[in-house]
Amino acid sequence: MRNEERGRWFVIPSLVLLSLVTVYPLIYVIYLSLQRRLLIFDVSRFVGIDNYVSLAGDARFLNAFKNTLYFTALSVTLELALGLAAAVLINRSFRLKGLVRAVVLIPWAIPTVVSARMWEWIYNTDFGILNHLIGAKINWLGSPFWAINAAVFMDVWKTTPFVVILLTAGLQVIPRELYQAARVDGAGRWAVFTRIVLPLLKPVILVVLIFRTLDAFRVFDAIYVLTGGGPANSTETLSIYAYKVLFQTLRFGYGSTLAVVVFLCTGAISVFYIRLLSKGVRL
Amino acid sequence: MLIALLTLYCSGPLLWQLVTSLKPDTELTRLPPILPESPTLGNYVSVFEGHPFPRIILNSAVVAASTTVLSLILGSLCAFGLAKLRIGGKGLILGFVLSVSMFPPIATVSPLYIIIRALGLRDTLTALIITYTTFSLPLSIWVLTNFFREIPDEIYRAARVDGCTPFQVFYKIMLPLAAPGIFATAILVFIFSWNEFLFALTFTSTVASRTIPVGIALFPGLHEVPWGDIAAASVVVTIPLIILVFAFQKRIIEGLTAGSIRG
Repeated sequence: MRNEERGRWFVIPSLVLLSLVTVYPLIYVIYLSLQRRLLIFDVSRFVGIDNYVSLAGDARFLNAFKNTLYFTALSVTLELALGLAAAVLINRSFRLKGLVRAVVLIPWAIPTVVSARMWEWIYNTDFGILNHLIGAKINWLGSPFWAINAAVFMDVWKTTPFVVILLTAGLQVIPRELYQAARVDGAGRWAVFTRIVLPLLKPVILVVLIFRTLDAFRVFDAIYVLTGGGPANSTETLSIYAYKVLFQTLRFGYGSTLAVVVFLCTGAISVFYIRLLSKGVRL
Repeated sequence: MLIALLTLYCSGPLLWQLVTSLKPDTELTRLPPILPESPTLGNYVSVFEGHPFPRIILNSAVVAASTTVLSLILGSLCAFGLAKLRIGGKGLILGFVLSVSMFPPIATVSPLYIIIRALGLRDTLTALIITYTTFSLPLSIWVLTNFFREIPDEIYRAARVDGCTPFQVFYKIMLPLAAPGIFATAILVFIFSWNEFLFALTFTSTVASRTIPVGIALFPGLHEVPWGDIAAASVVVTIPLIILVFAFQKRIIEGLTAGSIRG
């Protein structure tokens, strides 16, 4: 039984703010994307879908798209794998559990900008601890191949804790008797993991994937501070390219078009996962 | 053993930054030794003396605190309405709130910049507070709705029978009962606003409104990157977060999971 009183005045302030600061700008950005607008010269002219047409011939856009897909696919895969392993590890009982959980949260809590600066120093060719530890002289952030992977690795470090926290919460819901029963029936650890834990964890894994894929796809701070999109645009993602077009060349029309593309892609990603999730729940 | 490895992996980079921050400039360009031979607080002194750093920290504190308060006020009102009262299109509202939380910030940054410039709010803390409050609202609403739902409806009805108006029930009875949830949300919103970068980078142009992430990203270096100073600054701004994490890890985990799993 529900309370039957109207509550619209409790909700309206939030909805008004959300509409003004997110929905209205979203409509505005679509309008901007149909314009040729240069902020400094006060040029502003309607050009229809011209900006969208130019995307197809923009090699830098296609490169940024490719980088974003590579970054998203690799980092989300690694985060999930590592996060699962760590969650299973933490879910056992051991001493100092609270302390370990707090330590695991550290990378999550550190500002992304700070973590990018930390890793920039770790990756330093001459004085970085990474090269010192592995006894190499690799120019991590100076070579196109290593730079994007270095960015992926930093992101994995930063965001795996979030995955671990959610998956641990999911694991705790699974009754311990279930494992014990399976073990008594002669199932090995691996069989218990793949046949019992993974299927039961599936909804939580999907939720984790939604959040992580969306975040990775719109990545900005981490890479912008670590490499600025270089070397030779090898780490330039869609958000970074859009930001540069908007605020470095002040082409607000085309920059907004790029922003709309990011929005449409994240929308498509959400719809894809939410359909998977609702299917999974019904089964 | 594996646990120790995991702990080291998570804390290692920060510890390395701490070690770096204690090294004098001459030792920064030498490896080994890993640990500083003559540890010094010189980098910390120069961060606080040479740069507008205290002002930047103050800006961040004001923005994060104001955002947290505003987001909690609006978010708890909305969440209470959604969890306990009759509202048309409830599912639609929750869906709307959820989809807003999935908006990529880059998609709204150009129009918001134009709007903020037109309102004369460029380079002000107000612009950041309004933006952060809005972008943290979905999280507040989502987490708090879950917490309010767990409070039995009978409590609400009993208070109404005793003559409380719905608003009185909200702040006299429901808010105290939902205190753990409010607290968890507050930490999450605070950390979000303390760490946000894209909007801060775009809307601010001078130290009048620069926040910590922008300050650290644009750390002044005339000829070479001042790694010692950056390390010291990083440690200083991370300390409050580490304290939050160690003191309230249970609440943080509750908030994170209530925000994403139960929903």
